[in-house]
Amino acid sequence: MLKYTIKRILIAIPVLIGITILDYAIMSLAGSPLEMMIGPKTSEAALEARAIRLGLDKPFYVQYFVWLMNVLRGNLGYSVKSYQPVSEIIGNHLGPTLLLMGTSLLLGLAIAIPIGIYSAVHRYTRRDYALVTISFFGTSVPSFFLALIFIYLFTVRLGWLPSSGIRTAGGDGGIADLIWHLIMPVLILAISVAGSNIRYVRGAVLEILQKDYVRTAKSKGIGRFLVINKHALRNALIPIVTVIGMQIPTLFGGAVIIEQIFSWPGLGLITMNAITGRDYPVIMGVALLTAIVVLLSNLLTDIIYALVDPTIKY
Amino acid sequence: MKFLTRRNIDNMEYKSSSFKMIARRFGRHKLAVVSLYFLCFMTVLAILAPVIAPYDPNKVSTSFSSPPSLQHWLGTDQIGRDMFSRLLYATRISLFVGFATTVISTVVGVVLGLIAGYFGGIIDIIIMRITDTIMSFPYILLVLVAAAIFGPGLWNIILILGFVDWPGAARLVRGSVLSLRETNFVKGSKVAGMPNRYILFSEILPNTVGPVLVYATSVFALTILDEAALGFLGMGVQPPTASLGNILNGAESITILTSKFWLWVPAGVIIMLLVLSINFVGDALRDAIDPSAKE
Repeated sequence: MLKYTIKRILIAIPVLIGITILDYAIMSLAGSPLEMMIGPKTSEAALEARAIRLGLDKPFYVQYFVWLMNVLRGNLGYSVKSYQPVSEIIGNHLGPTLLLMGTSLLLGLAIAIPIGIYSAVHRYTRRDYALVTISFFGTSVPSFFLALIFIYLFTVRLGWLPSSGIRTAGGDGGIADLIWHLIMPVLILAISVAGSNIRYVRGAVLEILQKDYVRTAKSKGIGRFLVINKHALRNALIPIVTVIGMQIPTLFGGAVIIEQIFSWPGLGLITMNAITGRDYPVIMGVALLTAIVVLLSNLLTDIIYALVDPTIKY
Repeated sequence: MKFLTRRNIDNMEYKSSSFKMIARRFGRHKLAVVSLYFLCFMTVLAILAPVIAPYDPNKVSTSFSSPPSLQHWLGTDQIGRDMFSRLLYATRISLFVGFATTVISTVVGVVLGLIAGYFGGIIDIIIMRITDTIMSFPYILLVLVAAAIFGPGLWNIILILGFVDWPGAARLVRGSVLSLRETNFVKGSKVAGMPNRYILFSEILPNTVGPVLVYATSVFALTILDEAALGFLGMGVQPPTASLGNILNGAESITILTSKFWLWVPAGVIIMLLVLSINFVGDALRDAIDPSAKE
């Protein structure tokens, strides 16, 4: 097990380096971030001095290595715009994004797993077809369109829910206020998570239900509840666990859009600002962080996979 | 020679009967059949947009933000452009982006997957590491950065989305090549000294068409969603060219959202219906070509 984990980590490292090279290469094609600062008040000489200080006069690969060496020493650099350390910016915005993504993932799974099992148990019935069809709606509605509809309904028409920010301006900022602001963005992300997962869960359970040991369990007469919950579900967990790990990148993508619409002060929002402002150190920092999170979740998935399924040997 | 002809005829019979079987199984999914008709209808509308559209989509008129009427079926936008015409052209752009991206990413994915699976070794390792890299990346970030950098033009969007979508197809094809490589008919061809090119494209490739086709439908659906999301964020196809995403971009303004529903609801509904019907078709196709499915 330990050997397997170490092997997986060693495989992940070149992927991680690949991701950073890819990012850096694309960004260096974009031109200098200083171009955006050219104005009547900044002289050519000042810009040149700035470029040299930031190391922008050096070729791409030198800049990349300087950046990489700094990262290895724990220094992610400074924002070109606000001069804040990148690690500080990310640290300040990580919490809201994790809260948003985590709650959405949990809620989405809480919807998808029971529905998926129900659908698989009642396979090829009307109820099954209806649920599967509905799940397609969940994956096919663009999240931003759903967000607009929700804002129109719940904020503009009914005035029930706030449509922007993480807490009421000037409010006490208690936990109730936070949940209040969380409802709409989480609901929208959870709908898309649930939509894609219902069919995975259904497929996984369906496959298990056709296995011989389930038939044996049934013929023993232990009852439907035990057959499904003890024999089928446990084994269906394996493919479900794999799929959850794969969804982290998609979920982050969804969060970028949702944060934009709801002015949620998370990583997605600062990333969008950094992209439009060509604030490279910030973009690189976020890219590195998300890449690590994704690779870690893949690794975790594989390890859980091995733990859940005793037949897998490494 | 005679033998070859005989074999070809057998092949054709086999192919036509398997096609019939797939079509019959597909036909059992009523929703998918309806979706297919809907997609064909929308495609025809999109192709014929210049003929059907009652107005030039970019022509400015004096009736600003007028609600739907007989002159303007879906109303006009803030600078007096006919929404119905704009939506027709927007659908055209979105379908084109979806189609072109799907073709590009599928072709690249299939070729790289074939190479990786068939030749193995160091080539396989390199290609699979690249697919891992791209797949384990929150690709909206990559797409946004790339769109911001290369400029958000039509072809840039297609190339960027094509670049991030190929790894799935590559993995899929590689997987089936690995199992096909061990089959007797491929081994037989190898022993007979057939060139690699022949084995790859005439024997292995046809056997991967089904799963690749199903995968391609999901790429098609995802691309339409992605293009819309990019357009919505202002990073997609740029105005004045209409795309379903950039029409929705206007709904971020609160007056449009609350009192001018004709400016944003139709575009959103079209995206939803397109993606939904592509997903239904893909799902039915998966069922229809799956040999293990129940008759």
